[in-house]
Amino acid sequence: MTLSQFEARASSVLQNVDLQHSYRDAMDYLVERRQQQFNDPDEWYTLRKIGSSIKTKALSRLPELLLQLEATLNNNGIQVHWAETPDEANQIILQLIKETTASTPPDAHAPVVKGKTMVSEEIHLNQFLTQQGIPCLETDMGEFIVQLANETPSHIIMPAIHKSKADIAQLFKSHVSGQYQDDVDTLIQQARQHLRQRFQKATVGISGVNFAVAETGTIVLVENEGNGRMCTTLPQTHIALMGIEKVIASLTELPPLLSLLTRSATGQSITTYINMISGPRSAEEKDGPEQVHVILLDNGRSRLWEDPTFRDVLRCIRCGACMNHCPVYARVGGHTYGTTYPGPIGKILAPQLETQSSASELPFASSLCGACGEVCPVKIPIPQLLLRWRQEATGQYRSYHGSHFSATHNQPTPITGQRYSRWEHLIWKTWSWLNCHPMLYHFMTYLVTKCRVLLPRRLSGWTSYRASLVPASNTLHQRLKTHQRHTTSSKKQA
Amino acid sequence: MTSINNIYLYGTCTIDLFFPEAGIDAITLFEAHRIQVHFPSEQTCCGQPAYTSGYPEQARQVALSQLAAFPENWPIVVLSGSCAGMMKHHYQHLFPEDHPQHIQARQFSQRIIEFSEFLHHHLKITLTDYGQPVQVALHTACSARREMATLQSSQQLLSQLNNVSVVSPPYEEECCGFGGTFSVKFSNISGAMVNDKCSALEAVNIQHLISADCACLLNINGCLAKRQKTSLQGEHIASFLRHRCLPNKPYP
Repeated sequence: MTLSQFEARASSVLQNVDLQHSYRDAMDYLVERRQQQFNDPDEWYTLRKIGSSIKTKALSRLPELLLQLEATLNNNGIQVHWAETPDEANQIILQLIKETTASTPPDAHAPVVKGKTMVSEEIHLNQFLTQQGIPCLETDMGEFIVQLANETPSHIIMPAIHKSKADIAQLFKSHVSGQYQDDVDTLIQQARQHLRQRFQKATVGISGVNFAVAETGTIVLVENEGNGRMCTTLPQTHIALMGIEKVIASLTELPPLLSLLTRSATGQSITTYINMISGPRSAEEKDGPEQVHVILLDNGRSRLWEDPTFRDVLRCIRCGACMNHCPVYARVGGHTYGTTYPGPIGKILAPQLETQSSASELPFASSLCGACGEVCPVKIPIPQLLLRWRQEATGQYRSYHGSHFSATHNQPTPITGQRYSRWEHLIWKTWSWLNCHPMLYHFMTYLVTKCRVLLPRRLSGWTSYRASLVPASNTLHQRLKTHQRHTTSSKKQA
Repeated sequence: MTSINNIYLYGTCTIDLFFPEAGIDAITLFEAHRIQVHFPSEQTCCGQPAYTSGYPEQARQVALSQLAAFPENWPIVVLSGSCAGMMKHHYQHLFPEDHPQHIQARQFSQRIIEFSEFLHHHLKITLTDYGQPVQVALHTACSARREMATLQSSQQLLSQLNNVSVVSPPYEEECCGFGGTFSVKFSNISGAMVNDKCSALEAVNIQHLISADCACLLNINGCLAKRQKTSLQGEHIASFLRHRCLPNKPYP
């Protein structure tokens, strides 16, 4: 049997003892921090109910709120751009950079600076700008490390969680300081020095958006390092990238969501910085960007939105708690998924947002333990959505329910049929037939118990980690028949 | 003592084939409390394996045959948290409102009670411990913990046993890695999970491993046996309780 790319990457991480420890220790730390924040079950129950309902309500009014947001942002002097695809978003950004830097094109000393934004990963912005000859510098510490290593984030909150201190010291030696030393504080100081010089010269800053408030035209950005504030205030032009699901109705809805986000993500009561941006520099202000642009990205979100079940995914506030608590993520790590968003939330987003073929396999790579759904601050029923993707993959969801999912769209859902195997379908048909005919079931289980010594000792996959399965000498049905405890429903009915 | 006189026992296919003693022990416990146990011979599987594999149509066929096998309006006591979870919470997805069997399925689901929950909440059983002092670990299946919330019932039952102290192994809340076909489709990840589960169990001093879910036990026992670091093998909570509380009662 050939391994898929996902399985091959998983195997390689599972054999890497150091990496296993890095992930496990980091996840344990984050789980513990979150646990300390939510040690009152009643408060947790109430707060997540509020958070979930705010997002649910906002999604039910999504088209209306987005138009309101556009109007209020415009009113505040912020320019709004709509992008349906990653390519459209990249082109808009390129155009804005060109307009701002027409006289002095960005170079390595005055690059485009970028705060942490997963949407920029989703559209592969760094790669795109590099191809255009525009250097784009990551300024979040984790993202900076990942960029030095020419990698992608392995976690949405802790992008460099897979890197050891020694790895980072080596990277800094090669790219930043020229000398190897592994004192964490010194490394951070070196990075700050390095970044500060670029901040001062940068003319374009790019950021993400955690929440956008439709009522007031405010974009909210949560961070701990201050680099986000640098990116959004120092350069002449600030470009904020957001998925369309980030909009909420009013400012009063912000505090519960912020509380859920920071406590779930890093176990902090509140982050060091919360930036609320409501316009470019006004005439009397001494600092701030001259232009602020917001790019609203769809990239598959409106298709999720149109499906009543999948709409729940769009409640996600990107806290990462589901990956921190996922026993699969803790073992295989973020890169194994091969998607922008790893872990449980990535498994349900990827089939719709990504084009990689591995996306169709991911919903199956779960024991459905439910830890993700249990900690989700906005109550996304992740296990249930994994099941739905599995049914989409085998084509059974459509054959039973019809499809409101893609019937309204011409393009096919990427996942359909990719995991469908005629062989597997046949196995389940046989299994079903057997279990629907009790006499046959009894006969087969009788055979299995009587021939148990003849059963294969090795069962691919199972026996690599476990002793072989040995059935009992008599089934429960057989034993109860002997002891006359068996009843038949047909007798009762007669 | 409550006025429950008749119950159906749902054995589950795993217990039928691999842990039949657990079924016998459960019946012994019930009968000692003057409950008449009915075990319909038409019961096979709850349909969960196909359902979680993305084949709801095949799961629905099997579920239909189960709906027909328990005609009287008695509680259906299930010897596994995850099978109980399937029948209590997921049949509604297999038989949505527009399905002809929707109401029948909903009534069926309402009669589903997990074994330890039945003993603790419905039967309000009083247990007397006749066994020697032992240390045990309780493995709770993910669905019992998160979907059925029956962890407390199992804990309460064990806390009634004077000579039994319950030890918490590291990462007690973490999944054992079974997950149905996940254990075969992603055997390397599942294998890593069950190996970690076993090393956590080996690290604590326990004489018994108890669970109310035999699918997890199939997984964990298989791995414990393969590792050969301990002779420990998990047992169903029904078997453990019967041996502790009814040591002299013969098998029915």
